[in-house]
Order: sequence, then structure tokens, then C-alpha cells
Amino acid sequence: MQIGRYSSRLLEKAVEEFSSLPGIGKKTALRLVLHLLRQDKEVVERFGETILRLKSEIQYCKSCNNISDNEICEICANPARDHSLICLVENPQNVMAIENTQQYNGIYHVLGGLISPVDGIGPADLVIEPLEKKTRKGEVKEIILALNTTMEGDTTNFYLYKKFSEFEIKITTLARGVSIGGELEYADEITLGRSIKNRTLFVDTIQL
Amino acid sequence: MDTLYLKNLSLVQFKNYTEASLSFSKRINCFVGDNGVGKTNLLDAIHYLSLTKSYFNPVDQQNILHGKEMFMIRGEFERAGRNEKIYCSVRAGKKKVVQRNGKAYDRLADHIGFLPVVMISPADSALILEGSEERRKFMDTVISLYDKSYLHDLLRYNRVLLQRNKVLKNAFKTGLPASDDELALWDNQLIPPGERIFSVRQTFTEKLVPVFQEYYHKISGENETVSLEYVSPLFEMSFPGLLMKNRDKDRILQYTSGGIHKDDLLMKLGGFSLKKTGSQGQQKTFLVALKFAKFAFIRETNDIKPILLLDDIFDKFDPRRVTEIIRLVSENEFGQIFITDTHLDHLEGILKQLDADYKVFKINEEIKIIRQPVS
Ligand SMILES: [Zn+2]
Repeated sequence: MQIGRYSSRLLEKAVEEFSSLPGIGKKTALRLVLHLLRQDKEVVERFGETILRLKSEIQYCKSCNNISDNEICEICANPARDHSLICLVENPQNVMAIENTQQYNGIYHVLGGLISPVDGIGPADLVIEPLEKKTRKGEVKEIILALNTTMEGDTTNFYLYKKFSEFEIKITTLARGVSIGGELEYADEITLGRSIKNRTLFVDTIQL
Repeated sequence: MDTLYLKNLSLVQFKNYTEASLSFSKRINCFVGDNGVGKTNLLDAIHYLSLTKSYFNPVDQQNILHGKEMFMIRGEFERAGRNEKIYCSVRAGKKKVVQRNGKAYDRLADHIGFLPVVMISPADSALILEGSEERRKFMDTVISLYDKSYLHDLLRYNRVLLQRNKVLKNAFKTGLPASDDELALWDNQLIPPGERIFSVRQTFTEKLVPVFQEYYHKISGENETVSLEYVSPLFEMSFPGLLMKNRDKDRILQYTSGGIHKDDLLMKLGGFSLKKTGSQGQQKTFLVALKFAKFAFIRETNDIKPILLLDDIFDKFDPRRVTEIIRLVSENEFGQIFITDTHLDHLEGILKQLDADYKVFKINEEIKIIRQPVS
């Protein structure tokens, strides 16, 4: 990008910030910034405020590690849901994908990543403590391992399976309607809904 | 057995060609001309249509005619009685496009193996002279053509290996040795695909070697013992045992020292290393025999005769071996063939004695057909 191409420093800075987002190039960033400039002052202020509050006020649920407005998220706070059934997923998008199927009435646990040394994530970096505590207290009957079926997903599944196999609980995994190497958030609702209902014992699937 | 041949080829701005259009004989096609006129580039264009990439230069952009923005290659094949129009184009800064009968492939991998070719070129000497990686690549490309799960295993194995090596490296940086638990986690992922790859490579080489030896003896006309031996640390020890045994060593080296990523093919002549003691003629004979064996292997597993591309292979061969090679490829076990050579007389002298149909293209600034097939 040429120096001095922008007529304003502020404009240039805004474009830079937008283009630091994933999937946004300089061209798109400029289009977004110019669009914002054309809006009413209140609209832009609301936009900015939302982003500021997003970072400062959002919390991670103490029970399941999902993104939440409160200390305990809405799903965990719902007494109508089965709290002894835990679906273990990688990220908040996965929770949304499974919620969209409307086939699941348990609660979740969000790991926050998969074991992947090349991405700087080792076993110790996964958020597992809250789940371990619950399990130790005997509150958990079944854990459903619902990680992406990539190699790192399989590895993390296996790690968790070994970690939780000391407890007297059922450990299951999604029925393989989700294709090998596939990602949960891209699976269609019907397939995903079916594979969570027809889940299988994890131990039966170990054959890599 | 299904038939396969290229009926015609047209190029736009590919390598040294601004534009070219050729139509071929079903059997033998010869490109004759001085060095540097672009004979090999015609073979490479055919290679592109088959494997969606160059045999010589992996950077697509660099195969565009100097100073231009894009190249296009078009070819019309007949495969199992059906017409297949293949189109490949590369534009600066754009994704490569490969189309079959007007429909673009989403994944280029889906095209590979559909119109098999086997190239034999002076560049193959890397198989003998370079490190073991070249020889593993040789096995992997042939096997992947007929065994899709092999490729899947290979990708998975390499991914796990990358992660395991990273664990060893990270641990070294922090000063704490990688824990047994963490290494076991990755070993557990590495072992199943590793064992499967080992077993597939074993079966593959068991089938390939006798065919290779037969071709070697046919071409050389001599009885010297020639051997191609698959070696792997997994012959000595089970894979889990090997990983366990090497664990401390791996921690110091910061990488995984044992596994199928260390496999090799030992090439010997009369009991001695081909690389160290083989003459250039013997080494070339070895390579041609190996490629013919690869050809036979693809033919048997895919039930189709690949197209054979012979690039300048007669250099450094004595006339007897050249005659033998031409005689072999004009037999019915082979299908369509493309040959490049600098001297016509020599090549035509042999071709005239055989009853296979052939066509000769004289390549200068322009392409001239100097011999049409009889039929
Ligand atoms: Zn929660």
C-alpha cells in the first residue's frame, strides 16, 4: 500500500484496525469505514460502545466456560436442562451449532481450544478444571466428546477420555455422521442433531 | 483394459510457446529438435493435463511465457471410448483452474489418476543421487494413485509427526523434558497410520521389484544381479517399541528419530551401491526399468495403459539399449508414447524396423510435421 494514499490520518488508522480482522482486506476495510462515516453520529457511537463493552463486560461462565453475560450462563442456569449430561465442545460456535439442532437437553463444557503444540496449545492450556470438579462431586453421569474430527480433535478426545476414565461415568462421542476431518460448525443441523441423539460409546470408536 | 490417448494439444503462452497446436498419433509421437527449442515443454504440458502440475517446476506462475499474465493448456483425450476435454489455466495472482469437459474441479486431487502418465526424464537421476525423501516420494506418488486411504494416512502421519516434534522442541526450550504422558498421547496417534503405511509399502515393493528386475535385464541384456530393497526401521522392531526405545534420544535430538518417515529404497547392482559404483549407463537403465515397472503397476491396478513420456532418455545409452527400449515400448503392453530426441536419423532408424505407427514433429521456431502415420 502506498504511503500518503489516504487523505486523512484518522481514516488510515481506522482502515488499519478493520483490516486487522480475519478475512478483511484493505479494500473491504475502507468500504466499511466509509460506510460508518456516512451513518448518523448515534449509530456510530452505539457501534463503538458495543465493541468496548464486549471486551470489558463479557464473562466466561464459571460452570461451562462459554461466553456469557453473567457469572453463570443461561444454559447452565436453566433448571429444566439435564445437568448430569455434559457435551464437551471446542468453542462457543460449536455450542450454537448444537443448540440450533434443538435435539439436546443437557449442558455444555467449552474447552477453548484443541491440543495442538504447533499452535502453542498443550494439554495444560485446556480449560478442564470446572468439569473435573463437577465430576469429582458426582454431579456428572455422561460426557459426550463432541470435538471436530480433525487429527487434533481426535488427539484431544483421547486425552480427555483417558483423563475421565478414572470416574464411574459414561463417555460417549457423536455418531460419525460428521465426516472425517469435518468441522462441527459446518455440519448441517439434521446431521448434527442425528449424530448427537445416536451417540456411541467412545471406547468403541478408538481405532484411529 | 481401457484405452487412453491424447488426440490433440493446444498451448497458449505456456513456457516458451506463444501458441501451438498439435494432433497426435495413437501410438508413437516424436519431438525432434535442438536443445532448448522446447521439446520437453510439450511433454510437460501433457504432464499438466494429467497431474495438474509441472514435472519440473512446482511454481505454476513460473511456467507462464516470460512477460505474460497467464497460460492455457487444452487437450482432448480418448479414455475408454469417451472423449475427455481437459483444460488447465494459470493466471498471475489467481487460483489454478482445471476443467474436465467444461466443468471445473473443486479439488484438483479428484483429477489425479484419471488420465495417468508416466514421465521418464534425466531429472529422475535425483532418485539415485539425492536423499531418501526422493525415494519415499516415488513410492508415495505411485501408491496414492490407487489407494486413497494411503494418502489420508500419510497426511495424518505427517501432521502428527509435526505436532510430536513441536512437543520435543518446546520442551527443550523450556528446559523441562517432554513428559512421557504427552509423548504417549502423540505416539498413540502416530502408530496406527504408521503401521498401515509400512504394510502398504511392503506389499507395493513386493509386487514392484520382480517387474523392475525383469525390465532391467531386458534393457541391459546382461545378467548382473540388480536389486531394489525396501528398508524401514519397522522391520527391526514394532513401531510402538521403536518409539519407546528412541524416547530419550528424541528428547535430545528434538525430533522423532525413528518411523516410516525414515524408510528408503536401497538400490544395488551386483551387490554394490548403484550410486557409488554404477556407471551412468547402468544408472539410467536402472531408472528406466524402475519407471517401466511403475508403468506396469499403474496399468495393472487401474486397468488402463498410462501415456508414456520419454524425455531425452537416449543420451548416454549405447545403441543396443536404445533399440531395446524402443522395441519394448512399441509392444502392446504400452499405449501412447511421446519421445523427445535431438537426432532424428537414429530414432527413425529404429522406428522403421518396428510395425508400430509413428508421427514425427520437427521443432524449430515453428512446429513442422515431417512424418504422418501410415493409417
Ligand atoms: Zn455455562
